[in-house]
Amino acid sequence: MTTKVSFTINGKAVSHDVEERTLLVNFIRDTLRLTGTHVGCDTAQCGACTIHIDGRAVKSCNMLAMQAEGAQITTIEGIAAADGTLHPMQEAFRQNHGLQCGFCTPGMVMSALDLVKNTPRPTEEQIREQLDGNLCRCTGYHNIVKSVKAASEALNP
Amino acid sequence: MGDMKFIGQGVKRREDYRFLTGSGNYTDDVDLPHQSYATFVRSPHAHAKIKGINKNRALKAPGVIAIYTGEDIAAAKINGLPCGWLITGSDGQPMKEPPHPVLAQGKARYVGDHVAMVIAETQHQARDAAELVEVDYEVLPAVVRAEDARKKGAPQVHDELAPENTCYVWGLGDKAAVDKAFAAAAHVTTLEFINNRLIPNAIEPRAANAVYSRADESYTLYVSSQNPHVERLLMTAFVLGLPEHKVRVVAPDVGGGFGSKIYLYAEDVALTWASKQVNRAIKWTADRSESFVSDAHGRDHVSKAELALDKDGNFLALRVATTANMGAYLSTFASCIPTILYATLLAGQYKTPAIYAEVTAVFTNTAPVDAYRGAGRPEATYLVERIVEQAARELKMDPSALRRKNFITTFPYQTPVALLYDIGNYEATLAEGLKVADVAGFAARKMEAAKRGTLRGLGYACYIEACGLAPSNVAGALGARAGLFEAGEVRVHPTGKVSVFTGSHSHGQGHETTFAQVVAERLGIPMEDVDIVHGDTSKVLFGMGTYGSRSLSVGGTAIVKAVDKVIAKGKKIAAHLMEASDTDIEFRDGVFRVAGTDKQVPFASVALTAYVPHNYPLDKLEPGLNENAFYDPTNFTFPAGTHICEVEIDKDTGVTRIVNFTAIDDFGKIVNPMIVEGQVHGGLTQGIGQALTEGCYYDPDTGQLVTGTYMDYCMPRADDVPSFKVGTKETACTHNPLGVKGCGEAGAIGAPAAVMNAITDALGVKDIAMPATPQRIWRIINDKVAA
Repeated sequence: MTTKVSFTINGKAVSHDVEERTLLVNFIRDTLRLTGTHVGCDTAQCGACTIHIDGRAVKSCNMLAMQAEGAQITTIEGIAAADGTLHPMQEAFRQNHGLQCGFCTPGMVMSALDLVKNTPRPTEEQIREQLDGNLCRCTGYHNIVKSVKAASEALNP
Repeated sequence: MGDMKFIGQGVKRREDYRFLTGSGNYTDDVDLPHQSYATFVRSPHAHAKIKGINKNRALKAPGVIAIYTGEDIAAAKINGLPCGWLITGSDGQPMKEPPHPVLAQGKARYVGDHVAMVIAETQHQARDAAELVEVDYEVLPAVVRAEDARKKGAPQVHDELAPENTCYVWGLGDKAAVDKAFAAAAHVTTLEFINNRLIPNAIEPRAANAVYSRADESYTLYVSSQNPHVERLLMTAFVLGLPEHKVRVVAPDVGGGFGSKIYLYAEDVALTWASKQVNRAIKWTADRSESFVSDAHGRDHVSKAELALDKDGNFLALRVATTANMGAYLSTFASCIPTILYATLLAGQYKTPAIYAEVTAVFTNTAPVDAYRGAGRPEATYLVERIVEQAARELKMDPSALRRKNFITTFPYQTPVALLYDIGNYEATLAEGLKVADVAGFAARKMEAAKRGTLRGLGYACYIEACGLAPSNVAGALGARAGLFEAGEVRVHPTGKVSVFTGSHSHGQGHETTFAQVVAERLGIPMEDVDIVHGDTSKVLFGMGTYGSRSLSVGGTAIVKAVDKVIAKGKKIAAHLMEASDTDIEFRDGVFRVAGTDKQVPFASVALTAYVPHNYPLDKLEPGLNENAFYDPTNFTFPAGTHICEVEIDKDTGVTRIVNFTAIDDFGKIVNPMIVEGQVHGGLTQGIGQALTEGCYYDPDTGQLVTGTYMDYCMPRADDVPSFKVGTKETACTHNPLGVKGCGEAGAIGAPAAVMNAITDALGVKDIAMPATPQRIWRIINDKVAA
């Protein structure tokens, strides 16, 4: 069974037929070919698929594409400036070596942006607590925490 | 090497932009024209006879293109997956190598074993059809634990092909000398322990996409792999019998490996073969549940260790008996992990004069076990560092003083377990560790914690590892069925820009940055002028890939050798241009000079001359500036260091908090300290995961994997670990030109022992099983209270 879904993603309106059981993350990756959003698990535990829906960080493997009807969606591809300049959060990850293999990174950046939006100057403890929905196997989180701290200071001086 | 412009600098990574903007290119991001999708039907039983497979209903499902089973694989004369290391047992017999079929042949031997492959137009259709494949199983009793495998009456995984489920019984060291030393010992410390089975869990699940071209009878396989050339060699030469030059293997961006993506897996072979049968590209991406059951696991040892000491605390001998779980089949390098990479490390940092280890490798109805970050060395370190700490407690000696007393202090040092340590300074890393961790202040902190009602403990691990695998002739004599060199190519373009091709593979380690630092430094050119290319057999001349912390010491050295050849040829060209003798040319800071004169010509001009050879010694020199090199190391490298962990345990909940973790490592020379620190952080967290949270658990009765999702298998999360105090003390490796040793695995090697020594210190107990979960700790605390 297919149904039609329409939403805005990274500022662009899209409208498409989808199989009803299609997960939002698969629609974004396979149909829209925005492959920056990753799939690292099948139980909504790893956070690699985190995107923003109507301004909130959401695990896009945890909802159906058709549930995004009418939503404003931002993925990792929509974070840097149009000229390619990195967003301060992305830049902080680069400066602080907050990524290694890069696979968890898009989800981590999307969660971190949400975190800093809600808690402009988080403590280390708050960062660790609020990023516990995103798994990273490479960095040991040390430099991710540093990155988010640095970004929060850059974004909220 | 004098003043360095790039080497030693924490240069920001050039990989990061693409990963941070979502423009990486991982295997599952690769879509090929007209691709189809594969799903694997996997055994739900740990051990079962396959009495029949009915695929009729599945074949009629929408979108199905083909379904293959073990029968098709056998009919196509596809061989089993090979094991790359032959271990010869103490009885002189080769290890038992039962066939490791691509799709199960008559019997499934673990939950997740591959029974059939369904190919369909869409992923949904492939999955739907896989549900319709009817497999008639006769369920057999299963054995899953290493310690149960050789018991009388245990289910036989391979029947007569591996009697008593035994792959090999292998020994290393001088048993008679050890027995003699024990007879004369003033004190013997004994410990038995389990090194818990782990699931590697790179966050990118394994994936592959294979396509066949009738036009030139060639195959291309995109695969999430740490070593594309090895994958191609094993697949073509041993399994499929395809012409190697007609198979291209591409490992694009790879989202972490940790060992689990070294191996040739059944899915990769099945897809490659089937892509010709269906004449379509076929894509397969594991979901996490599949990764849990089918990726090669790590560790899983049961050991007894005894340490003999004299009355002053000098180590006299170490005796070790280990049973290692191989799982149901021998994975690509499984056999060498609990032998060559384990028993050889049992000397640790100590001058223990006599060591004997006996290792029994067994088959069980579990996923294959192979190298996982550290691979044998974490198991060795855990054993040595736990028993040394325990000996100190029994002798009422300061654990650091007991270690110091027994440290190896003169180099080179020949251990009684076959390794020749070239250099090290264990006192330096220990002393720095004691300082940074403020061990002197620990007693006061412990008292303060006690006032708050919490238990505080401190533990050490002074680890050593053997990296930079490996001298091929030595490895060959020990049973390796492959060379262990690395290859590199330095292609200088006419404008003086440089493309470097390496057989090492980067999946998070940052080679594109580190290797560019090395090449730019040696050629005296800007880093922007150097590109690093890896991961594609059609571009890179050859490669053995990335594992065992070998990339910089072996792969980097191959590149250095190629760079040196470029410079040597450049000198000849420069000599011709400046009408000087070759031997008078110096190369420094990107400029060729005639020694003692002001005559000079820059690197880019020499490059241009090589490609526009008008004024050129064509009678004695070929045009062009493109050199390659193979480097076969002359020894292992020996990174070592001290890790110190301090924990606090909540008595009411049994929750452990790591309040302080210090790692002081000797990695030799360091090219990019920022990247090295990141490698240490990641390794430590995996080691802490092993100690505190991670444990792969199979139900002993049914052989079901109980810890098969991220809700059951507890990966360390951001709030499970602290920020780390890391530092380095260096002794340069003596046998590679960069003086580097490797840093990728150290954290995972040292951390488990340091954490567990701290926890047992806090609790005042001899042992507690890993992972030391709150439940286990709470039980110990409350059993003590009850007693």
